[in-house]
Amino acid sequence: MVIESLLIANRGEIARRIIRTARRLGLRTVAVYSDADAAMPFVQEADDAARIGPAPALESYLRHDRILEAARRTGAQAIHPGYGFLSENADFADAVIHDGLVWIGAPPAAIRAMGFKDAAKARMTAAGVPVTPGYQGEDQDPARLQREANVIGYPVLIKAIAGGGGKGMRRVDSAEDFPAALAGCRREASSSFGNDRVLIEKYIQSPRHIEVQVFGDIYGNVVHLFERDCSLQRRHQKIIEEAPAPGMDEATRAAVCRAAVRAAQAVDYVGAGTIEFIADASEGLHADRIWFMEMNTRLQVEHPVTEAITGQDLVEWQIRVASGEPLPLRQEDLSINGWAMEARLYAENPSNGFLPSTGKLRHLHFPRDLRVDSGVEEGNEVTAHYDPMIAKLVSHAGSRRLAARQLADAAAKVEIWPVHSNAAFLARTLRHPQFVAATMDTNFIERHLTALLPPAEPQEQVLHAAAVAIIPKQTGDPWTDLTGFRVNAQASRQVSVEVAGKPYVVEVDLDHEEQVERSIDVIFAEGVAWPFSLPRAEHAAGGPGSSDGLVVAPMPGTVTAVSVSKGDHVGPGDPLLTVESMKMEQTLRAPLDGRVVELRVTPGTQVVEGALLLRIEGKT
Amino acid sequence: MPPIHTMIDRTSDGFKANEAHNRGLAEELRQRVATAALGGSERHRERHVARGKLLPRDRVQRLLDPGSPFLEIGQLAAGGMYEDKAPGAGLIVGIGRVSGRECMIVAHDATVKGGAYFPMTVKKHLRAQEIAWENCLPCIYLVDSGGANLPHQSEVFPDRDHFGRIFYNQAQMSAASIPQIACVMGSCTAGGAYVPAMSDETVIVRSQGTIFLAGPPLVKAATGETISAEELGGAETHGRRSGVVDHVAENDEHALMIVRDIVATLNRAKKPDIQIAAPSPPLLDVTELYGIVPQDVRTPYEVREVIARIVDGSELQEFKPLYGSTLVCGFARIWGIPVAILANNGVLFSESALKGAHFIQLACQRRIPLLFLQNISGFMVGGKYEAEGIAKHGAKLVTAVATASVPKITVLIGGSFGAGNYGMCGRAYQPRFLFSWPNARISVMGGEQAAAVLASVHRDAEIWSTSEAEAFKAPVRQKYEDEGNPYYATARLWDDGVIDPVQTRDVLGLAFSATLNAPIPEQAHFGLFRM
Repeated sequence: MVIESLLIANRGEIARRIIRTARRLGLRTVAVYSDADAAMPFVQEADDAARIGPAPALESYLRHDRILEAARRTGAQAIHPGYGFLSENADFADAVIHDGLVWIGAPPAAIRAMGFKDAAKARMTAAGVPVTPGYQGEDQDPARLQREANVIGYPVLIKAIAGGGGKGMRRVDSAEDFPAALAGCRREASSSFGNDRVLIEKYIQSPRHIEVQVFGDIYGNVVHLFERDCSLQRRHQKIIEEAPAPGMDEATRAAVCRAAVRAAQAVDYVGAGTIEFIADASEGLHADRIWFMEMNTRLQVEHPVTEAITGQDLVEWQIRVASGEPLPLRQEDLSINGWAMEARLYAENPSNGFLPSTGKLRHLHFPRDLRVDSGVEEGNEVTAHYDPMIAKLVSHAGSRRLAARQLADAAAKVEIWPVHSNAAFLARTLRHPQFVAATMDTNFIERHLTALLPPAEPQEQVLHAAAVAIIPKQTGDPWTDLTGFRVNAQASRQVSVEVAGKPYVVEVDLDHEEQVERSIDVIFAEGVAWPFSLPRAEHAAGGPGSSDGLVVAPMPGTVTAVSVSKGDHVGPGDPLLTVESMKMEQTLRAPLDGRVVELRVTPGTQVVEGALLLRIEGKT
Repeated sequence: MPPIHTMIDRTSDGFKANEAHNRGLAEELRQRVATAALGGSERHRERHVARGKLLPRDRVQRLLDPGSPFLEIGQLAAGGMYEDKAPGAGLIVGIGRVSGRECMIVAHDATVKGGAYFPMTVKKHLRAQEIAWENCLPCIYLVDSGGANLPHQSEVFPDRDHFGRIFYNQAQMSAASIPQIACVMGSCTAGGAYVPAMSDETVIVRSQGTIFLAGPPLVKAATGETISAEELGGAETHGRRSGVVDHVAENDEHALMIVRDIVATLNRAKKPDIQIAAPSPPLLDVTELYGIVPQDVRTPYEVREVIARIVDGSELQEFKPLYGSTLVCGFARIWGIPVAILANNGVLFSESALKGAHFIQLACQRRIPLLFLQNISGFMVGGKYEAEGIAKHGAKLVTAVATASVPKITVLIGGSFGAGNYGMCGRAYQPRFLFSWPNARISVMGGEQAAAVLASVHRDAEIWSTSEAEAFKAPVRQKYEDEGNPYYATARLWDDGVIDPVQTRDVLGLAFSATLNAPIPEQAHFGLFRM
């Protein structure tokens, strides 16, 4: 069946990405959107758009009925689910197919087969796909456990089934150590969780996340489009992905990719899918140390790196396969060209525990010399309703080193304000010597976090740029143009400027300065946004409030309530006490952040105007 | 307008000799200024900083807008006076931009005798206020002063232009809606207490600024009350109880930021209603001034060569170039601002004076500010000239200068002698600003002439031998040489500062621009011109 129109049951960058290919193929596109997304680019760019509900995903992007209703209303023939949301929802896929629409996704049966992790592993083992060795049996006899550990091969990890947070976990490096470790683990488990049951896993010393892109058609053909390495993760969130995987030799690649194809064939896979493996890279990548973890039955976020190295458009493949066409290429027609790398730009603040950052993107600038898949444009809002990803930056070069450098430079050139982003964190990660040397694993970010966080203080060149920028532009008026003029002396080079809320005095060489036109008072450097301004009084005071912390009675009267005690910590604006006077009750609030060091009144105390009631010592 | 063609030969010996000489003078000037700018001794400066206070120049710097020029006035005031212990008279005065507005800043230097007022300090403070008043510049006083210098009380206290005038001026300016802002960053004792008290809006620095009519020792002596300085007149007392100050700051930086915020609320924009063009630099090299100005003030030189290195595009629309040619008159622009220039090119004759008076009337009619480039040995003397009425013609020029309604600025670029000083808008004629070049000389007549006149009226003159006459004349000449020296003059604030000739254009640009904060009257009311 020829698909002529396509509804995208998704939002943001993937919706735009799909629209791009669909349009190239001559398809009419339909966007669905929640109230929060009405002004987003993907809605504007689609040929047609249908509102499907309020902002929360549960009431919009996850509502089967509304999406199907939108498809009916707009006359869409096919539904592309993108990734996330309903992309791996077999029930939804069924409903789509039931409605006579084309489902541009994995067959519901394959989704279901791969949805249950344990069943999937059993199925893979049966198909001859290596899975992570481990024992999760009912039999908890120490001898049995020892035997299982011996089979798995050391080192192994003994884990309390009820455990968590590192408790009830033991690494065992040899068979001799096993009994004692098991006993210790059980003791700890039973005292901590009241349950001494354990499981045994292969301990992977230097884990790498390797995944293989596969594609199947309805004629039973399955090809792979080589592997990706997604080892750079933070709390299981992928951050940097690349293709091919560094350190992967041809034989290993062939073995892993063959296994991936077998895995897809085992579930009669159709469309785009990804087989995820875990590799023990402690001694490089070896086929016998790469094990199946799970299959993602959808297009992946990181598909662009595969597109880059293979020169293929995977969304086009999806649409063609869904239309009933055979795979566009045979395995032997596919090859790896160069190296590609993707970085996920998130709206989050790495310096503040990676807390998500939301708000209007008053300024947004991406470098133009590489692929950027973004769902937002300047002026759009980043909300807390959805994934905080702002964009994917994708570099493609002749070598890994070049691709990494290109991507690092691109991340460093990203300009976002006032929403925080991880751009600097990405640039620093991509430039880290160990990443460049490809000796990373999934623990890389945790291990090197401090070195990867952006600097807390602005660098010299940031201060310099801010100082130059704060000097008024030339206007023809001598009072602006004679910068730093001093009678009978060299022009003053000192400029006071506040950067990120802190005052600095900077020396600038004014004769050799180019003044740059700036639309906002922010210096962007290495992915960090440094707002600057004239020095502000409240910051010069050494803290907000600039109060001496004395709280005095504004009028003569009676203290009616005291809501703090001596020693209490209070924040600015916190109520302290209430004074009644002239038939009015006035609540006195903390003028600054600090501790109550003196409290002179209790309820009922009569006070005269100006009497000291309480003193707060500010934080220093 | 046609550009001025230069006639100078940069390769000539004369040019090179002048250049070496004048560069030497400029270097000496910069040295003197740099030394004076240090303020008090290193020990006093260290002690000042150790108290957590900013040095006065750093205070000014922090107060100014980033990149703002600072048109400093009287840099070398009190130079050579008071045993040379009061550099800059212990007061920093100048115009700078604060929150986008040109303001007059007056900052005590407490590292110089605790910021106490010497006679020249009073004079400099009053001069700052005069400039502010005439040009409608908000005044910012960064106060850190122990008050009058008691040993000099007779020269600082009783007279009209003494200490009390400071507060009179504050009241008058406030009445004229010229904002008065005080920032108390140190002592502010006795009379000094009125600086903040008389201000429109006042800031004090906690644990640092004090304001009281009498300090703790005097209070103790007078009433027996024992009280600390902080309790007597600190931030708490005045910020919370007395209401003498309006804002309490935590430190110098904070205080200066508050002052900036205050200025930001003044709500008056500078709106010059004259035609200002986009500026263009002179076509000719400004540094050639060093080679143009002769080494001896008695050597005449072509003033158009100076004008060509000051005005925009070196362009001058000359008025009556063929008549009264010893006074060059013409319209030009400096930093885009229209100016009417009167520049000496020799002795003033009747025609020169008449031409000058006419030209000033033109300038006032067109509301164009006046610039006087003064290099004058005087009006022509002799029977012929007295008979043709040079006195009344000179009087016309003096009348026109005195009563001109437009802003006037004078630069002494050579000699300033006798009545020529009056006709060319000397200090007494109240130019908005008056600057001198380091080669300038000012006195009622030349030292040689004075020696000759004094010798000729001496009762023994007729019996003197040549050597006796010389022995009489030499000290007279020396006295005139010493007192006519620009540093002697500037120490006494006869001018607003000695400036390096190469900065003349920029100083004038800033100064003329500053004058435009005050409206230029539509009409001048001249005095009677004796016909």
